Amino acid sequence: MMRTLEIDAITENLDEVIGFIDGVLEENDCPMKIQLQIELTVEEVFINIASYAYAPQIGTAKISVDVDGDKADVTMVFEDSGVPYDPLAKEDPDITLPASERGIGGLGIFLVKKNMNDVKYEYKDGKNVLTLTKSLNE
Amino acid sequence: MGKLTVTSNRENDTLTVTPVGRIDTGNYTEFERHVKADLNGVKNIILEFEHLDYISSSGLRVLISLHKMLLAEDGKLIIRKPTNMVREVFDVTGFTEMINIEN
Repeated sequence: MMRTLEIDAITENLDEVIGFIDGVLEENDCPMKIQLQIELTVEEVFINIASYAYAPQIGTAKISVDVDGDKADVTMVFEDSGVPYDPLAKEDPDITLPASERGIGGLGIFLVKKNMNDVKYEYKDGKNVLTLTKSLNE
Repeated sequence: MGKLTVTSNRENDTLTVTPVGRIDTGNYTEFERHVKADLNGVKNIILEFEHLDYISSSGLRVLISLHKMLLAEDGKLIIRKPTNMVREVFDVTGFTEMINIEN
């Protein structure tokens, strides 16, 4: 069953968003390792929206979660009506560089890509729509 | 914000900091403030990660900035006993090769 949360996209709401996702995962016997990978993903995506989509104004994010019938996959959809932004368009950071040549940021979306089985972005009807899928089987 | 308690212990030029819980966007500044509270005369920082269950990219930014800062002064950042979740984040982001990690 699909669950939806509509919430102000502000950093202070991160815990509520994580709690919402955790609730769905726990009902579906999600292994702890996968739950932490999903929490990490949810944090990076939600904080991106909170930081950039509407700044300096505040807008809402709509988050939908659905676990398929045999509990094999979870699909999460993040929607916002902020400025069009494709987080996947950014080049991956070079993780082989020594510290002296590395910037301190840019790892958030990279972690999302690495932790999810599938990530899709589209801009549709004035909305950024990011769809993330993760297998619930280790 | 995620639950986090931080304790620290100073011995000569080495500061040992032990975060317990989670480091996320809601509390990474608290962690950073704690580590940087008094670095006068500190050369090496040891982070005991045995009870750190979760770290996100905001926590990684603190680690890389500490690492760079200490390198520039001939010091060292050492991370001890990361949990599985944290270790995987380090593996994926190349931190495993970049930062001193002791098991």
